[in-house]
Amino acid sequence: MTDNILSYMTFFPLAGMIVVLLLPSKSHNLIRWVSALFTVPPLLLGVWLYGNFDRINPGLQFVERVPWIPAYNIDYFVGVDGISISMVLLTALLSFLCIFASWGIDKGVKGYFALFLLLDTGMMGVFIALDFFLFYIFWELMLLPMYFLIGIWGGPRREYAAIKFFLYTLFGSVLMLLAILALYFTSEPHTFDMTRLIAQSGKYGVQPLAIWPFDQWGWGFQHVVWMALFIGFAIKIPAFPFHTWLPDAHVEAPTAISVILAGVLLKMGTYGILRVNFPMLPQATADLAYWFLAALGTFNIIYGALCAMAQKDLKKLVAYSSVSHMGYVMLGMASFTTQGINGAVLQMFNHGTITGMLFLLVGVIYDRAHHREIEGFGGLAAVMPVYTGVTAVAFFASMGLPGLSGFISEVLVLLGAWQKYPILAILGASGVILTAGYLLWTIQRIYLGPTNEKYKMLAEINGRELFTLIPLGIIVVILGVYPHAVLDLLRASLDQLNQTVIPHLS
Amino acid sequence: MDHPVQTDFLRWIVLLPLIGAAVNGVLGAVLQKRMGKWAISLLACAPVLISFLLSLQAFLNLLALRPENRFLIDRLYPWLSLGSLKVDVAFWVDPLSAVMILVVTGIGGLIHIYSTGYMHEDKSYWRYFAFLNLFTFAMLVLVTGDSLLLMFVGWEGVGLCSYALIGFWYHDHVNTRAGNKAFIVNRVGDFGFVLGIFLIFWSLDKQGHGTMTFREIQQFASLLEGQQVWGIGVVTLATLFLFVGATGKSAQIPLHVWLPDAMQGPTPVSALIHAATMVTAGVYMVARLHFLYSAAPETLLVVAGVGIATALFSATVALTQTDIKRVLAYSTVSQLGYMFLGAGVGAYGAAIFHLMTHAFFKACLFLGSGSVIHAMSGEQDMRKMGGLRQKLPYTFWTFAIAVLAIAGTPLTAGFFSKDEILWQAFSSAHGSPLFWVLGVAGAGMTAFYMFRQFFLVFFGQCRADHHTQEHLHESPSSMTLPLVLLAIGSIAAGWIGLPAVFGGSRFAEWLEPVFGAHHEAHASATLEEILMAASVGVAALGFYLAYLMYYKGKLAPERFSSLAGGLFYRLFHNKYYIDEIYQVVFVGGTLLLARIGAWIDRYIIDFIVDGSAKTTAFISWFNGLFDNHVVDWLVNKIADTTFEAGDRFRKVQTGNINGYLYVILGAVLIAMIIKLRYWS
Repeated sequence: MTDNILSYMTFFPLAGMIVVLLLPSKSHNLIRWVSALFTVPPLLLGVWLYGNFDRINPGLQFVERVPWIPAYNIDYFVGVDGISISMVLLTALLSFLCIFASWGIDKGVKGYFALFLLLDTGMMGVFIALDFFLFYIFWELMLLPMYFLIGIWGGPRREYAAIKFFLYTLFGSVLMLLAILALYFTSEPHTFDMTRLIAQSGKYGVQPLAIWPFDQWGWGFQHVVWMALFIGFAIKIPAFPFHTWLPDAHVEAPTAISVILAGVLLKMGTYGILRVNFPMLPQATADLAYWFLAALGTFNIIYGALCAMAQKDLKKLVAYSSVSHMGYVMLGMASFTTQGINGAVLQMFNHGTITGMLFLLVGVIYDRAHHREIEGFGGLAAVMPVYTGVTAVAFFASMGLPGLSGFISEVLVLLGAWQKYPILAILGASGVILTAGYLLWTIQRIYLGPTNEKYKMLAEINGRELFTLIPLGIIVVILGVYPHAVLDLLRASLDQLNQTVIPHLS
Repeated sequence: MDHPVQTDFLRWIVLLPLIGAAVNGVLGAVLQKRMGKWAISLLACAPVLISFLLSLQAFLNLLALRPENRFLIDRLYPWLSLGSLKVDVAFWVDPLSAVMILVVTGIGGLIHIYSTGYMHEDKSYWRYFAFLNLFTFAMLVLVTGDSLLLMFVGWEGVGLCSYALIGFWYHDHVNTRAGNKAFIVNRVGDFGFVLGIFLIFWSLDKQGHGTMTFREIQQFASLLEGQQVWGIGVVTLATLFLFVGATGKSAQIPLHVWLPDAMQGPTPVSALIHAATMVTAGVYMVARLHFLYSAAPETLLVVAGVGIATALFSATVALTQTDIKRVLAYSTVSQLGYMFLGAGVGAYGAAIFHLMTHAFFKACLFLGSGSVIHAMSGEQDMRKMGGLRQKLPYTFWTFAIAVLAIAGTPLTAGFFSKDEILWQAFSSAHGSPLFWVLGVAGAGMTAFYMFRQFFLVFFGQCRADHHTQEHLHESPSSMTLPLVLLAIGSIAAGWIGLPAVFGGSRFAEWLEPVFGAHHEAHASATLEEILMAASVGVAALGFYLAYLMYYKGKLAPERFSSLAGGLFYRLFHNKYYIDEIYQVVFVGGTLLLARIGAWIDRYIIDFIVDGSAKTTAFISWFNGLFDNHVVDWLVNKIADTTFEAGDRFRKVQTGNINGYLYVILGAVLIAMIIKLRYWS
């Protein structure tokens, strides 16, 4: 089994989907438990993978390769390295927990869980695929269930949100597909194999193209491909100005889907940049990521924080906080320092756990009060002390309080960024003041103050909800105290990745 | 540098309070219900007291070493190790941090005991102690962390506990607002702090010695000299960045605004966090990095300038406050200003000395005021007090001693430490007579506002209502015992740091391995004595004015408050309107930016997104229209035409075989003619 561990992790949920589809649609509990059951093996395999991953080896591990469509040199080619391992583990964990966060779904239960499991396979596939064609298939595979999960099980404006999400992402996918084909036809012999495409990175021309406006900008083939890929990924991150699908999608999506969206899907954007743009197009990365990506990241940090501050809907506020926190990832990776890039990937992981908690917590309150207006609460700490305590941990982690995981990744990112762009690091660091501002203000309005009479009788957080939150809370604390539990996984590969770009920096 | 010995017990000094916090934080609610408050008290007080004993042990261990070897370290594990960045979780104790851990666990322990009495009626007793213990832990990390980054962990950790304890009674938004203000203003300072860390790290890294540990920074500090960023010396800029952090944590201008509001928390919290320990962290940090500050004379000038300005500014505000705790709060800000004045003229030892004595007498004053508030059923307005000396004898006497100390009465702790700072402000290489004059003026005001408070609270007729008067009572021994011990400290703590003219300071000697041998400016002993007498005289004048106004009643306070049309009084009383200005400029400005951001998202970006969607939809609608009316019309037209043509040709289809044959024959004939005429 360990030979094909990644395939098992990916396709277990797909098998689960088939089983769920065969179950009678009336037996809701059976469907829920069966779905949960099929997310357990990936999680356990993930634990095994964590234990057996070679932390010294910067290269690919647990590689599987089977010819798939030989006529076009397409292989089923998967594997993990330090760039993807943390995301694979995060996906396995969040998928498992989110099944339990979906327990309250009672409309079209069968369809929901079937689509959820399909989504799980798609997400896992994106992070392990090493063949560009396969990558693209998984990328699109994940889009479809997401569209239906938002569009059918979402809130009042679900259709608008689902279509907006779908079109935004599809727009990015088209650019990505064009870039993939461009690389395919440039490579010799034609291949979708990412490792071979990386090995040929010298071939992708950097001479300015004779086409307007690229001749003006001095962009070569590599730069154009880079930008096409980048826009595709930037929509997912989401980087300004491609971010407005995110608040809508998050607000309308059911709780578990918001967790998946913020916890896993956003990471695909930054993951894609690290997996594809950096090693495959190093010269363009050096030319375009330097300053541009860093400045964009910094802008995300501040702009997202300011927008979050202005929100009246708690879920929208958390959604905008993602825009802000993903900015740190961009800033960190664009610093091309070991601290910055390790901090960036650690931030991806930490943001997944912290924002996962935040959305789960929003779900808890929404299930009870049926609204999310920040001003509509008050004094909940007296009514739901345990819930408030868990919320405080998540909020302070999001604020980057030392001792919790968010601090480590933010400090690493800013420290790395300082070496290359002190001004951007200063601006980025000022984001922590804004973050403290909007999060404390939110705590104050919802949890503190005189208890709102309407909500005196709200039920305390229940065991199932705690079950979804506690594992994430424990990870948040452990990674604050002992960050090398994850950093050791990343370090070797990321340092090597850095070295592919650094020689191209002028 | 010599290699220090690994000492395994230091970690327990730090971790014991964390264990107390964790147990009370997780199980406290259950324990309190099942076993009662004594279990909570025990779990909270025992770890701090054991930490104190271990701190004493550490102190004795240091004492046994030769002065230059006085240094203990406890390394736990590597915390961050990426590239040249290497930070361990490691705690160290040297003479400077030894003083701090003794203050934190000693005075902290007394305040824990006091709290068991003061907070006894509170429903959330366990939550209070969980945070108090967590605070002690964070403060100990701050002072014993061996690197800037670990110090920063404690630095923000104490901020969190401060936030949670200021807003402890969270049902009232006055308290929660004060908590938010404290945290956010401190975040501004922390922002400066991290930038300082980054700058130091990379500047050293450039020379191949990137480090964050204090000892290595000191070792390689000389490498920073001559380096510049943006035209400013690295050392100057880094120390300024870090000093921004200090102004936040230690409530100095311009980030002082949070501390007076922080008095919304329970009074023992004000004593521990907002007087004795946390707020002194900025002074400690400057002293800890003395080697950098001393290498940056411009920064030192800023430190001293901010210090003296804050000392005077908040003394003037304290003159006019009527809330018993607000007076003490502004007094704390003012005394912290003196500490920075000391540090800013390079007299780090004097600053730390004042930090320590201040911890005793200010904790005593705050706890005394807590005892008064406790007795007065929660009343904090001094105008409603008076004549409490008979009813609260222990509180009265201990308060009296602490007032004498803070006013700088000769032979009390406050006299020795403040005098040391004033003398250094005058005589040190970085000092100036102007600092001395301003400092003495502040000392006069200090004496005035403290005695004003003293007389208003304890003398004259009691101005409280009947109900309150009937309930007046001295506090339980759990509260008076700490008061007595702190009062003793308010006298005795000074005697370990006698001025040079009286035989020299044991305290300065103790800190010598840290700050280096202190070379007294060779001013005459006579000059020192004259200056000392002058400052005592000014303080006496302050006392006399307060005596006339608030004890004898011979001098109406209005004669002063109405000066210049009451302008000064209003300015002082309203804290120079700084809160109002900040509210409009910073809070309002940020919220405005936030709204602009949200507006851009909704009305510009989404306008474009939705607009392009709508445009596409319109185009496809138009397309549909075109399809229906133009394309289909064409298609139909063609179909119609074909149909019509077919209709006409149908007429040819007669079914008459002869007719067909004629047509075929005709066609063949025409074809043959054409072929013959043209192809041959």
